[in-house]
Amino acid sequence: MLAFILRRVLQSLAVMLVVALVSFALFRYVGDPISTMMGQEATIADREALRERLGLNDPFVVQFFDFVTRAVQGDFGISYRLQQPVMELILSRLPATLELALVSGVLAFLFGVGFGVYTALRRRGWLSTTIMTVSLVGVSLPTFLIGVLLIWLFAVELQWLPSFGRGEVVDIGDWWTTGFLTPSGRASLILPAITLGLYQMTLIMRLVRAEMLEVLRTDYIKFARARGLSNRAIHFGHALKNTMVPVITITGLQLGAIIAFAIITETVFQWPGVGALFINSVRFVDVPVMAAYLMMIAVIFVVINLIVDLLYYAVDPRLRVDRAGAGH
Amino acid sequence: MTGGKMQEPLLTVRDLIVEFPTRRGTLRALDQVSFDIAPGEVLGMVGESGAGKSLTGAAIIGLLEPPGRIAGGEIRLRGERIDNLPPEAMRRIRGRRIGMVFQDPLTSLNPLYTVAQQLIQTIRTHMDVSESEARKRAVGLLDRVGIPAAARRIDDYPHHFSGGMRQRVVIALALAAEPELVIADEPTTALDVSVQAQIIDVLKEICAERGASVMLITHDMGVIAETADRVAVLYAGRVAEIGPVRDVIQHARHPYTAGLMGAIPTLEQDSDRLVQIPGAMPRLNAIPTGCAFNPRCAHVFDRCRAERPILQRAAPNHHVACWLTEEGSA
Amino acid sequence: MTTDTQSRVARVWDSDIMWSFRHSPVAIVAGLVVLLIALAALFAPWIAPTNPYDPSQLNLMDGFTPPMEANAFTGNSYILGTDNQGRDVLSTILYGTRISLFVGISAVLFAMVLGITLGLIAGYRGGWVDGLLMRIADVQLSFPSILIALLIFGVARGLIPPAYRETMAIWVLIVAIGLSDWVQFARVVRGATMVEKSKEYVQAARVVGAHPVKILIRHILPNVMGPVLVIGTIGLALAIIAEATLSFLGVGVPPTQPSLGTLIRIGQQYLFSGEWWILLFPSIALLALALSVNLLGDWLRDALNPRLR
Repeated sequence: MLAFILRRVLQSLAVMLVVALVSFALFRYVGDPISTMMGQEATIADREALRERLGLNDPFVVQFFDFVTRAVQGDFGISYRLQQPVMELILSRLPATLELALVSGVLAFLFGVGFGVYTALRRRGWLSTTIMTVSLVGVSLPTFLIGVLLIWLFAVELQWLPSFGRGEVVDIGDWWTTGFLTPSGRASLILPAITLGLYQMTLIMRLVRAEMLEVLRTDYIKFARARGLSNRAIHFGHALKNTMVPVITITGLQLGAIIAFAIITETVFQWPGVGALFINSVRFVDVPVMAAYLMMIAVIFVVINLIVDLLYYAVDPRLRVDRAGAGH
Repeated sequence: MTGGKMQEPLLTVRDLIVEFPTRRGTLRALDQVSFDIAPGEVLGMVGESGAGKSLTGAAIIGLLEPPGRIAGGEIRLRGERIDNLPPEAMRRIRGRRIGMVFQDPLTSLNPLYTVAQQLIQTIRTHMDVSESEARKRAVGLLDRVGIPAAARRIDDYPHHFSGGMRQRVVIALALAAEPELVIADEPTTALDVSVQAQIIDVLKEICAERGASVMLITHDMGVIAETADRVAVLYAGRVAEIGPVRDVIQHARHPYTAGLMGAIPTLEQDSDRLVQIPGAMPRLNAIPTGCAFNPRCAHVFDRCRAERPILQRAAPNHHVACWLTEEGSA
Repeated sequence: MTTDTQSRVARVWDSDIMWSFRHSPVAIVAGLVVLLIALAALFAPWIAPTNPYDPSQLNLMDGFTPPMEANAFTGNSYILGTDNQGRDVLSTILYGTRISLFVGISAVLFAMVLGITLGLIAGYRGGWVDGLLMRIADVQLSFPSILIALLIFGVARGLIPPAYRETMAIWVLIVAIGLSDWVQFARVVRGATMVEKSKEYVQAARVVGAHPVKILIRHILPNVMGPVLVIGTIGLALAIIAEATLSFLGVGVPPTQPSLGTLIRIGQQYLFSGEWWILLFPSIALLALALSVNLLGDWLRDALNPRLR
């Protein structure tokens, strides 16, 4: 158990190191930090002085080590575009993105599993057919188009819901702001959360359906039926639990994808999150923000991966090799 | 028709027809299968794969895989029809009155639940007992099927057990609610040769002890010879021969049975040795008219190609579907 | 050899594929829609009522004309209306589809060539080369491809001097989308290569002095054509969506060469003022294109190689 976790943590660290390297290369070699910081008029001597002062003449390894040390402390330098510390910028926008991702992730998971199980159990019903057809169209619809069409329908035509921003937010603690506590904050969340969650929901639904159908064909389900267990116990006890083992992995990884896809949704709904920040940094080649965003996404992915592995471990007893049985 | 003992049979299957509708027409997988099982009796069911042995078991317990369906005939348990029961009523019979043991113990148990959880759930589905009472029964069952240190091992997951041990667990599960009939579908095929005999012994003993009848599906004549009271031979979805094990083995009347036993048909002393039957069982969409076995039969004559032989009495308790028998006994 | 390959193609085409195509109404409709859109895009300069990017043909007074209605000032009427600058929406869609398809197809071709090459190398060389390439593939697969494309796009923009950013944008876009999409091709080709390389004819080729890689290419490419075609078709739908998404985000094609995504971006600005047609018609065009290509890819996958599922 401990060895397993330790190995996973070490692997995660290795991945992080690689991402840090990419991030550093980006930071160091894309665009010239000197000309970006000093402008066109600076003399060569001035440039060289700054170069020396910033440690740009140090050996690669030293520079990289410096970069990692500062990154671990949350120092990614100053945004070229906004002239603010990058970490401050990201932290001030992180709550918006995380709240959005959380809500759409929960929506995608609940509806994805629900629809998946339903369409697997009622394979020939008209509702199942409808859900499956709609999901096919859903996969072909680009996220931004879903967002725009939702705005058109619910904000412009029906005028039920706001189409941009987070609404009124409340400060919690030092830096966290939440939209959960105000009516306008909650209303503002609805359309972006649906937009962001819809694609993931379709994926989860199709996966759950396929896995469930697979599990329902297994011998242990047949044996459970032959023992006269109720449909409820078979479907939701035996089949669903086995279905969830692979689903948890994919769903966990989807959570990372949701945070990445938030870039699009945040742009459509002018949501003040890190995704919108990143898009602007790409547009204006704001390298420090790009590098920091890359590191942040990598950390999130790695942490999610780790949690998924542990969950997997908790759900599937076959992975626990703590007690050597008589078998095998 | 058969009625091996004078008492009322536990299970009666009459003219059972199972069909699979497909795009190219309906396939008849079981065609007018009839037999009885008496209380406490062990009926062996043999035949090549595809003969319909497992389908018969699935039809009895009401677990035919769609689109397969019972298209005719009837199945009675202690005189009460069970082939047309509503799903919920049939579910109550499964496990409680008819238990089933599957072929592969490695895949028959849900890997994510402990043995205790699966046993207790099964017991409490059918019996109104408390959790602790169910657990006590579960430990007793495991102990009875020969799991050492049952009280401790019961909380293990299936993957902690070896194949043979798992099949014992499967038997315990099938018998958890004390059914009157146990259908065992190739219970030892997937096991090591070394443990096959033990598993069969356990199954036979525990059923005898509880007075449960057994329908033992297998292709292993050795197992049948040692275990069964009577045997039914299936060919292409039809009963070819049914009778007491000793009679069928020693005096096989149907040429197919004879071939299966690797023996000489006793009817015609001068016939060739039929160690192996040439050809293969017909596919369901190409069953010949008349006797299904006629293209492979060494003793085929005109009537076999035109008319399907009916199951008729050849000796006390011994029934055969072969025109030779009629000719011979007539 | 080429005739051999051709006859093989002809044989496949005649038998299973066409049969399955004729028996799938969805595939026929999707195929027709794709064909129609592709032809319309190809011949846009000849079909389109106006050239929306020729300033001499534009009249700002024509702006915001609703579909099928006469303009209040000029009296001109357009089937699908006009946008804010008086450009005919139908014409902008035809020209926009041209760009969307060009970027999509180029990106997929780029990904295909890159993926097949890397797949061959990984499969043939094995060892650390294979290990490295497949690790990269794994890492790439665990991130959404749109994020990868964005990142590559951002990096490329940083490397290209500002003066050239506009003119290079479309090529950068193609490379960015292509680089985010090569993994599937590489995996299929790698697998096929590993199977083939141990076979005797490859060893024999080495003995007679022929370069085994050449032999491998000749034998493997026909084998993997089916899966590659399927991945390519589904990849095309993904590439079209990726291009539209990037352009919608304002980091894709330059404003001077608007694709469907750019048109939707422009249309979104007029959503609240009631000019719905500027948004709706390009959206329908994009959806029709992406959905049809997707359906065609799904059908092709089932028809060519059920195992690929």
